[in-house]
Amino acid sequence: MAQAPVLPAGFELPLEPRLPRIGSVDQVALEARATDLSRRSIKREAKLFALELAVRMMDLTTLEGADTPGKVAALAAKAIRPDPADSSVPSVATVCVYPNLVQTAADRVRGSGVKVAAVATAFPSGQSPTDLKVAEARRVVELGADEVDMVIDRGAFLAGRYAKVYDEIVQVKEAVGEAPLKVILETGELGTYDNVRRASLLAIAAGADFIKTSTGKLPLAATPPVTLVMLEAIRDVFEETGRRVGMKPAGGIRSAKQAVQTLVLVHETLGLDWLTPDLFRFGASSLLNDVLMQIRKQKTGSYQSPDYFTID
Amino acid sequence: MARLPVRKTYKLYIGGTFPRSESGRTYEAEGQNVARASRKDVRDAVRAARSAQPKWAGMTAYNRAQVLYRVAEMLEARTPEFAALAAGEDEVNRAVDRVVWYAGWADKLAQVLGSANPVAGPYFNFTVPEPTGVVGVLAPEEPPLLGLVSRLAPVLVGGNAAVVLASESRPLAAIELAEVLATSDVPGGVVNLLTGHRDELAPVLASHMDINALDVTGADGQTAELERLAADNVKRIVRGSADAQSPWEVAGFLELKTVWHPVGT
Amino acid sequence: MGELEQRGERTPAPTAWEYASAPESRELVTLERQYGLFIGGQLVEPRSGKYYDTIEPANEKPLARIAEAGPEDVGLAVGAARAAFENGWSAASPAERAKYLFRIARILQERSREFAVLESLNGGKPIRESRDVDLPLAAAHFFYYAGWADKLDYAFPNRRPRPLGVAGQIIPWNFPLLMLAWKLAPALAAGNTVVLKPAETTPLSALLFCDVLRQAELPPGVVNIVTGDGATGAALVEAEGVDKIAFTGSTEVGKAIQRQLAGTGKKLTLELGGKAANIIFDDAALDQAVEGIVNGIYFNQGHVCCAGSRLLVQESIYEPLIEKLKRRLATLRVGDPLDKNTDVGAINSRQQLEKIEQLVAAGQEEGAEIYQPPCRLPEQGYWFAPTVFTNVAQSYRIAQEEIFGPVLSVLTFRTPAEALEKANNTPYGLSAGVWTEKGSRILWLAERLRAGVIWANTYNRFDPVSPFGGYKESGFGREGGRHGLEPYLEFEGAEEIGG
Repeated sequence: MAQAPVLPAGFELPLEPRLPRIGSVDQVALEARATDLSRRSIKREAKLFALELAVRMMDLTTLEGADTPGKVAALAAKAIRPDPADSSVPSVATVCVYPNLVQTAADRVRGSGVKVAAVATAFPSGQSPTDLKVAEARRVVELGADEVDMVIDRGAFLAGRYAKVYDEIVQVKEAVGEAPLKVILETGELGTYDNVRRASLLAIAAGADFIKTSTGKLPLAATPPVTLVMLEAIRDVFEETGRRVGMKPAGGIRSAKQAVQTLVLVHETLGLDWLTPDLFRFGASSLLNDVLMQIRKQKTGSYQSPDYFTID
Repeated sequence: MARLPVRKTYKLYIGGTFPRSESGRTYEAEGQNVARASRKDVRDAVRAARSAQPKWAGMTAYNRAQVLYRVAEMLEARTPEFAALAAGEDEVNRAVDRVVWYAGWADKLAQVLGSANPVAGPYFNFTVPEPTGVVGVLAPEEPPLLGLVSRLAPVLVGGNAAVVLASESRPLAAIELAEVLATSDVPGGVVNLLTGHRDELAPVLASHMDINALDVTGADGQTAELERLAADNVKRIVRGSADAQSPWEVAGFLELKTVWHPVGT
Repeated sequence: MGELEQRGERTPAPTAWEYASAPESRELVTLERQYGLFIGGQLVEPRSGKYYDTIEPANEKPLARIAEAGPEDVGLAVGAARAAFENGWSAASPAERAKYLFRIARILQERSREFAVLESLNGGKPIRESRDVDLPLAAAHFFYYAGWADKLDYAFPNRRPRPLGVAGQIIPWNFPLLMLAWKLAPALAAGNTVVLKPAETTPLSALLFCDVLRQAELPPGVVNIVTGDGATGAALVEAEGVDKIAFTGSTEVGKAIQRQLAGTGKKLTLELGGKAANIIFDDAALDQAVEGIVNGIYFNQGHVCCAGSRLLVQESIYEPLIEKLKRRLATLRVGDPLDKNTDVGAINSRQQLEKIEQLVAAGQEEGAEIYQPPCRLPEQGYWFAPTVFTNVAQSYRIAQEEIFGPVLSVLTFRTPAEALEKANNTPYGLSAGVWTEKGSRILWLAERLRAGVIWANTYNRFDPVSPFGGYKESGFGREGGRHGLEPYLEFEGAEEIGG
């Protein structure tokens, strides 16, 4: 197993020879930049392009204690055919569920092109022994998950035990095999943008295919500046190593407008190459309907009512 | 037979030393042969001032105040000599008191003239006064001591270095003052005193590209020409009074610097 | 390679995402065919009988005919200002003066979009900036100084402040309305009356502002606006009865004004050129530093006197920083100033464009390496692509002279002392930027940089409470803050308490 280098306080040594310097992030300038980008005015065909892309990038998610096979079945139907009234609206990328519902989800989406993503590793807190987390990750793939969303051990990270965080990701990555691994940083618990950047680079160094902002269980989630910091980390890694890591903001993106603004962030930070579901996802439960309404508005010119869009 | 006194040779004060004018010229004033500085002496004096200024400005304000207070002490100690060169003891006393008054300002200027500025954004923003650099001073013709001290003290307390053209008709007090400065911990070059013909020297000072500000208080009749020359490098022009005592006199020789920094985690 | 790529299931990325044009409506502005001079509360025909066209730099089309004030017109304006000063403005209750300024601030806020569009039309700057920077700041300046009008005794305790009389104010074309606000607000708050000359190429927002004054019911003659070229400005400087001149513009003209006023005893403040160093240390937050560099030099097409036009980069971070900067430049959107997505608009005038082109050619001849991101510039109008020069020596003209355009010169340094030395090695001293995570280093530099504004880990921030102005040949006097009132006041008593 890969052994993370021992990291001194301050975490200044790169984990791989060719990873970018960790550096630091200035909060005020970062937020100002995110605000500037959110003021881009995306209209007409440019907007429709973004909205349809957002649908294709969506990990349609339900992560509730109350989730049932019935609920997941409905979600799967919505994932495959988001707008029954408009067959030109594409399917979403995945349905994202708890481990117990992976099989149901897999059965329901089979053959549709929609994939199943499962959360694992003691989601959402990550507060379990490493061996249990690794076992859980391995198990969800056996149950039929195409992709795995894991959480990092924020307790270890905040205590400065970066090597533990790193090792755990490495082990989970090994356990899930070919399945793309999304590593949730839970940025709302990290306290600073500096930490978001550190955790991003740490996760990437350990093998993450995607880095993901949040579990969706905290009020502070995928804000534009957090997303921007993570996109910049991805860009720096790409520039340094040529490796393309995906990004998944999750939690807090509820409106089509926010989704479009997020895509502007991606476009102007990482460029067109990342405007594909292979490298960018939205983790969302309530975003889809607003996007669908906006798509229909763009196509018909009339403002829409939620009564015409199914709640699943 | 009475003892023949040993006379003083009146020289310039440049870079902490007392040279004769490089031109070798003198002129007669107050019954003495006084050095008549040349353009090159002005050049040397500005050079000395420029090289001495950063250290003077870099001293703590507390130390600058101590040095100026020391100047007052040394002035006071020479009261009889100065009284003979100025309008008696009263002018000397006032000059001493003026130096003491300004000495006390060194560590208060920033508090009175500066500010913290509550900008509408996540930034800490403050404004502090700083010395403008090298100041050319045309000392008033009269009163010879108080006039000079009133113009020089505000220049110095703010951290500037000075090149002073002494009163042309009554230069002896200025030279006496140079001796005080030389023995008062004022670093060499911080004050440079030149005696000579105003018509000849003032334009050189006004047009010198390495002088930041020009005090034209003592410029009698030449003001328009000097101010025109001073525009060559956008000098700050100070038109003061020969007998003023105010922190705003100091402000004329200060720049204001505003610093912004974001406030964030 | 991502896992999906390895499995050959990659979804192709799009080849383009063009943002549809999102123009702000020019219908928000109604222009007259022709404008007179604003004297004594009326727009009047110029005695000179002369007019000139003001144009839209983005397409070179004329927008309106503008009066060109001659010496006689300037004299009339000064007379109107003098009369207004004597007939009540200076004696008006300061609290009433304050309320006029509050009114002006509010009206500007209410009509801000109209003004923003006009500012972009006539000046060429992106609507994003006129909307988000120029207009809010202009209103804020009036609001801030309104509050001072009846508190001058607290601003200057023991000094018995009094207005000077008539202030002549000459403003530049880079921030036409904002500079008007910087000039008018403190002058009026202090109790002066004003004759203001807008820049030759950008008179329209000042002329529309006359309508704000009408709505605010400001007494006639308190503000007079005379349009014209440099000759009009010179006439204002010369005019009898002007007690103070405030000028913002080039160092060359500033020196000429200082000479013109020599010996007159008129008060003068100058806000002149700059060639600011923006210093990046290797521990800086790099992505934000890149934003600061971009904001420092491409904001308002680089038509900014405090622009961070000399980038000083620590050698240990040089390559990655320049890479980041070039990549960022490629995302700048150059074009229609009225498009809400435009980052860099039109160059203000043909004359300015020629100056930029000339200096850029000089930079290439001297051996600097030029980089411009691929961008399509419109065919009509005045445009210049964002430009970075690397391999620049301190002695090159592009490292010495103010270009006043979107052109950055990059130099390197090794130690803080070297950065400081290079930064200060200029006749200018308006501003400087410092980017480092080390607090003590920021303060060390902030103490030693010879410039009136130091932006540490930020750049090109402005606020009415924050004094702005230069050292050395960048001028003297401050605008903004309590300090910005001082040039518009005289004091008695406290100055001469000797004995």
